[in-house]
Amino acid sequence: MSPAFVATRLATLAVTVVIAGLAIHGALFLAPGDPATLLVGGARKPDPEVLAQIHREYHLDDPFLQSWWHWFGNCLHGDFGKSLVYRDSVGHLVAARAGDTFALVGYAAVLVLVTGTLAGTLAGLRGGRTESFVTAVTAGAMAIPTFIMSVLLIWVFAVQLPWFPVYGSGSGFVGTLTHLTLPAVALAVSWVGYVAQVTRTSVRTELRSEHVETARSRGVPESVVVRRHVLRNASGPIFAVSGVGVAGLIATTAVAEQAFGIGGLGALMIEAAGKQDLAVVQAVALLFVVVFVVVNTVVDLVSAALDPRTAQKGRA
Amino acid sequence: MSERSKFVDKEIRIVGAADKPRPPRDRVTTAAACVVGLFLLLAVFGPLVAPHDPNAVDPFNVNAGPSGAHLLGTDDTGRDILSRIICGTRASLTAPALVVLFSTIAGTLLALCAAWFGGWADRLVSGLLDVVFGFPGLIMAVLAAAVFGPGPTAPVIALSIAYLPLVTRVVRSAAMKERGLPYVAALHLLGAPTHRIWLRHLLPNLAPLVLVQATIGFGYALLDVAAISFIGLGSQPPDPEWGLMVSNGAPGILAGQPQQSLYAGLVVLVVVVAFNLLGSGLSRRLLGEGT
Repeated sequence: MSPAFVATRLATLAVTVVIAGLAIHGALFLAPGDPATLLVGGARKPDPEVLAQIHREYHLDDPFLQSWWHWFGNCLHGDFGKSLVYRDSVGHLVAARAGDTFALVGYAAVLVLVTGTLAGTLAGLRGGRTESFVTAVTAGAMAIPTFIMSVLLIWVFAVQLPWFPVYGSGSGFVGTLTHLTLPAVALAVSWVGYVAQVTRTSVRTELRSEHVETARSRGVPESVVVRRHVLRNASGPIFAVSGVGVAGLIATTAVAEQAFGIGGLGALMIEAAGKQDLAVVQAVALLFVVVFVVVNTVVDLVSAALDPRTAQKGRA
Repeated sequence: MSERSKFVDKEIRIVGAADKPRPPRDRVTTAAACVVGLFLLLAVFGPLVAPHDPNAVDPFNVNAGPSGAHLLGTDDTGRDILSRIICGTRASLTAPALVVLFSTIAGTLLALCAAWFGGWADRLVSGLLDVVFGFPGLIMAVLAAAVFGPGPTAPVIALSIAYLPLVTRVVRSAAMKERGLPYVAALHLLGAPTHRIWLRHLLPNLAPLVLVQATIGFGYALLDVAAISFIGLGSQPPDPEWGLMVSNGAPGILAGQPQQSLYAGLVVLVVVVAFNLLGSGLSRRLLGEGT
């Protein structure tokens, strides 16, 4: 991995975050009317004094780049402004909700990484019936979006099998774990399918490759062939696709939170969007974009470290 | 088959491109095309064939199971679920169709510019797309809904932008290849104007790829639009729309009335899978690739 590649990726990361910030702040000025009304929460009739104060606080009358830098710079310092709808600072709101989202995405990520790669590896190594079965199941899983999986799970587990709670985020470690199980499954299911499919394909490809054939003919025991030659070589694409999956979980956690009544960041963002409270939506959207882009960049960099050829390909 | 005969077989195919053997009948693709066609018809004529008014409330017949009058039962205010699914086809398919239309037109143009002018134009387009790619579609749609108010318009615009990178990347690499072919250079030498090369030669040659991309993209767009309606930021009640029906029915599930959510969710899945299968079938037939 050349320093140039790392520098390019980090520069892209920085540029993406800055431009995303410009777009998020610029959204304020896209709407017809006074942007300040959006920061008050568009549903109510604000009085002119409050609007004037907002104008001063957010520097809305300054040139665009100046007001953007005021907002963006404050965000970088951890000051996200305050929400008049929730009567609280946005930083507080975000801090109070971040834990649930973090736990949910983490849980779903573990499901994707463990179930997806295990199922795919098993299918790839075993072949035959196991492979056809796993392929069929994971192809089906890939097609199920989070919101439909949510209602299916609620239906099955609320009505048929009362094993898991279907609402809220619970308290304590065990409580959280049981409360988050169904949402995490709903969030993870299509990515489990996707990761399993890619894992199976790359294990299969390695199994058929010449270096594996050679290792076998040298008399290397099968278990060593699998560990040292097949799995090690297949790990690159598996890691890359898992990373994309985890980034995807961050992007769609809002749907699972909404479906299962978990008060995380995604639910906060949706709720605030419904109330047209842009101060909150902007902060949470920026946070999601930053995490999403950072995860993607880390995955790219680690992939390149594991297999320098990917860095070459990325540059071509 | 020996190495040699494989080689010869390939040669013959290239020479006799005109009498390429017709691909074998593909029942899955035909079935998928029929499902897609059926729902397109419903999107146009739905209100004419629906057995009931989709918004007619029947307070004495709330959460009813399937019956002769209501084949799929009724929802929490006694509206006929089948009629709502049928009439909801229009709203449920129009939004993703617009997303695909906008992103395909803009994406193809961007891709052609990038491939044609190369150099800084290409770098600018790819850089721009990298940035857009860092902005998840759902987040963009929520932001748009917060600014413009709930309703299908804002999410459609946001998703159209979010889908740009997917379209542009695929078309760009195909356009690059096409641009390098000798016939383009020949047209240049013959003095054909750029716009004619684009319209008469490049676009028609790229059209099958664009069509395949649009078909597969439609499935994804449908899912995203339905998910946005599900979280309450797309179509608004009482309009019939599938994603909205799934969320409207969600409270009923806990009361043992899952029919609205399940049927609406099932229809979404069927249509999405049909579009995906049709897309991969088209890709096999038109582009000769795929599994």
